[in-house]
Amino acid sequence: MDTSVIGLTSYLTLGAILFSISVAGIFLNRKNIVVLLMCIELMLLAANINFIAFSHYLNDSAGQVFVFFILTVAAAEAAIGLAILVTLFRSRRTIDVEDLDALKG
Amino acid sequence: MTITDFLFFAFAGVVVASALGVVASKNPVHSALFLVLTFFSCSAIWLMLEAEFLAITLVLVYVGAVMVLFLFVVMMLDINVAKMREGFVSYLPVGALFAFLMLAIMVYVVGPVGPDVMSTAALDNAVKHAADYSNTEALGEILYTDYVLAFEIAAVILLVAIIAAISLTLRRRTTTKYQTPANQIKVKRDDRLKIIKSDAEVLK
Repeated sequence: MDTSVIGLTSYLTLGAILFSISVAGIFLNRKNIVVLLMCIELMLLAANINFIAFSHYLNDSAGQVFVFFILTVAAAEAAIGLAILVTLFRSRRTIDVEDLDALKG
Repeated sequence: MTITDFLFFAFAGVVVASALGVVASKNPVHSALFLVLTFFSCSAIWLMLEAEFLAITLVLVYVGAVMVLFLFVVMMLDINVAKMREGFVSYLPVGALFAFLMLAIMVYVVGPVGPDVMSTAALDNAVKHAADYSNTEALGEILYTDYVLAFEIAAVILLVAIIAAISLTLRRRTTTKYQTPANQIKVKRDDRLKIIKSDAEVLK
């Protein structure tokens, strides 16, 4: 058996790649709110990979507790976001970001 | 290359490929299914990092609940897929450039190229735990002692999310007929019954 080539950097690089892909996704799918929400979930997942990798390599369970709370908040965010989306679609019949300009932001 | 290295690269490849699928697929339903695949392979990577409890939680909570919710909503909404794809190609260069720059900076800082700050001995305290070591037990021990306040706050956040989601989507239909028990109980005999005095009439 040879020595292992993966280490902390491998996991951090994977997290960085995942985060960059989701940033690109927010740029590309800027009309579809559902895919935007999915890209936000991917970003949170990338952050979680970093937390767990550091938790493993520093031998400290606090990182895993943090991931637990991130999962909780992300689940709450997804539930409320989708509820807002459903209400929005009922009243406007669209989820196109460009049609949602009532606040003139 | 050990067998764990091979597994890591295999699962990392699936994670990256399916994340690209989430971003690039035409149909939002396919995006949601690719996201499920991403979560699955990510939980395999978490298993390799000896975070067993969180790996199972990711599958149960995310794949089991959140993604099903996403799929429900995507299928319930009547989305014009072609119209949603407008501007995808025109935003592709700037999006790809931005993502690539961000990736280059992050890999330069944390990755194997550039100043290799993450491979120092101080950052390598990984312990291979024995087979009878319980990750769930270790996590529970600090979750219910050191982090008990945060745990309670997380519970309150979930409760707020439930109430918010229900109150946002609850809708009373005006066409539906329903009973109001309060009004039914309040009713008196005089509201319903009317006694009329009338003279007796003789039938001919």
